[in-house]
Amino acid sequence: MTAASPPEVLRAPLVVEFPFTRSLGPVQSAFLTGLREGVVLGVKTSDGKVMVPPVEYDPVTAEEIRELVEVAATGTVTTWAWNDRPRPQQPLDTPFAWVLVKLDGADTALLHALDAPGPDAVRTGMRVRVRWAAERTGAITDIACFEPYDGPAGGAAVPHDGSFAGAVTGIVAEARLDYVYSPGRAQTAYIEALSERRTVGERCPSCHKVYVPPRGACPTCGVATTDRVEVGPAGTVTTFCIVNIKAKNLDIEVPYVYAHIALDGAGLALHGRIGGIPYDQVRMGLRVEPVWTEGGRYPDHYRPTGEPDADYDAYKELI
Amino acid sequence: MARYAREVAVVAFAQSDHLRRTDELSEVEMVMPVLHQVLAATGLKAGEIGFTCSGSSDYLAGRAFSFTMTLDGVGAWPPISESHVEMDGAWALYEAWVKIQTGEADTALVYAYGKSSPGSVRDVLTRQLDPYYVAPLWPDAVALAALQAQALIDAGETEESALAAVGARSRDAATANPHAQLRGPVPQGDYQVRPLRTGDCPPVGDGVAAVVLAAGDLARRLCERPAWITGIDHRIEAHSLGLRDLTDSPSTRLAAERAGVFEAPVDTAELHAPFSSQEIVLRKALGLTDEVSVNPSGGALAANPMMAAGLIRIGEAAARIHRGASRRAVAHATSGPCLQQNLVAVLEGDAR
Repeated sequence: MTAASPPEVLRAPLVVEFPFTRSLGPVQSAFLTGLREGVVLGVKTSDGKVMVPPVEYDPVTAEEIRELVEVAATGTVTTWAWNDRPRPQQPLDTPFAWVLVKLDGADTALLHALDAPGPDAVRTGMRVRVRWAAERTGAITDIACFEPYDGPAGGAAVPHDGSFAGAVTGIVAEARLDYVYSPGRAQTAYIEALSERRTVGERCPSCHKVYVPPRGACPTCGVATTDRVEVGPAGTVTTFCIVNIKAKNLDIEVPYVYAHIALDGAGLALHGRIGGIPYDQVRMGLRVEPVWTEGGRYPDHYRPTGEPDADYDAYKELI
Repeated sequence: MARYAREVAVVAFAQSDHLRRTDELSEVEMVMPVLHQVLAATGLKAGEIGFTCSGSSDYLAGRAFSFTMTLDGVGAWPPISESHVEMDGAWALYEAWVKIQTGEADTALVYAYGKSSPGSVRDVLTRQLDPYYVAPLWPDAVALAALQAQALIDAGETEESALAAVGARSRDAATANPHAQLRGPVPQGDYQVRPLRTGDCPPVGDGVAAVVLAAGDLARRLCERPAWITGIDHRIEAHSLGLRDLTDSPSTRLAAERAGVFEAPVDTAELHAPFSSQEIVLRKALGLTDEVSVNPSGGALAANPMMAAGLIRIGEAAARIHRGASRRAVAHATSGPCLQQNLVAVLEGDAR
């Protein structure tokens, strides 16, 4: 291995998923329940403008709006954009147009997809209608998409009381984003050393403190830490707590001890679980060492070394 | 200068090279050199800064509180006065400017960064949309900009060849900008989402920017030609795209009015227009004539690090004043789909 070869930067897939549970106010509840029932509702502002999709407050005056009206499921495209390569979670998996559609009876436009054979079949001003989803749950996706339409136009908006049996009062907004995460130079070096059962930190060139794990910068001095230092393997418990609550998916019997451990040579403590000793005998100053399980990429826990306890003065600055 | 309680100027600006990927760098490793550079330009040490404010978004990195990591690059211990906006750094600059106006600080370090390379920024940005009616459809940022572009074409305000010219002019200007990601001729390419082609869209990349603000005589001591912020304002429009006239930007116009843009001519405009069509909208809202040099840096079509590209517009405008290349400049930053939120600042050099 040559000294000049740059370290391979670690990469790993990172999936972020969040099913946000959102409650709906009276207006959104009526609108989304209406979609489930095949009815499109809007709201009427005090100056008589009909907004579809409905909002709860006038965007100009901030006045509360609660007057629901029903509009047609037919409308006119006000602008469009042809999407040749649909992305995974979009409404259609064949090429389609994004459209803003002003439904008959409405004064504002709704964003959705338009199923059309190609861009030449789409223009601003074209007439479209809602294609309803086969199964509807009370969500914007109850409109599967729009489709071209050449029938008669719908009339003006008509009053609607917005009440439906079994109104939808909340939605679950599912989202998933996929990343490829790289931890950067300093953390890559730390993680790679761990796989060789070594712990490395980085020293600040200004204050000389050794950071473990290193993140590449000294938060006190605001400068890069580039001088790599091996620390440990043994260390001193600087403080600890006794955990009595069993965490979900964590196969550790309670109570157990979680501790701050200042590895020898480190300028601050990292944290880890203490094992190999009854929980009520763990103490500040206890000397510990890492225990690696077969194939483990980081210490599973720390156990007593059997050395005499460290003197308080030896670690008091690291608490 | 009587518009505000205190005179505040941009006294230094620095930015990273904007790159498609920076896998070897964590956020703090990416940010720190730029922080050092901007502080070195003023001679100030981290501990001498009165207020620090940053702009970034956790969604780009895919991890919670990602901005706290970059604080290590500031020297945040002992405790500093600090804040963060989950927006473009131009809004962090606005917060810092307010802090100085209130007299609570005389100097501020403002920085912003975006690392878009770990994820798919088109998909990530859908998460800023209305979660009830819009986000479940996953319309990506290019699609929404394309709707705006088609609305402009239908209104007779532009055509595809004019849009292509905006992109070409931007990348041509960027040949003089060593930090830009795309420089020189770029093929106009295929439709991404029609009517926008590759050349109408910004590059996706990672990058950092930082500025230092200072008040009054301190600004004069730190910088030979301070870029005085003689006006700054930001405005927002309705979230729902269907409620807005996508061919216009009334929020930009109002912010510009309140910032005093129209009180005297400007010679330079740095516009945060990630899509070529958005420059058409902004030129109209700001009433820019052909005499104004628009995006001499290359603008966001040459480098668009998310959350930093707006702050870079202010920095680039200020840097032209620092160099004596501009006397009165307008800088604009945007956030949200189709120019939903807009910030406008007027930067002026001392008469000489």
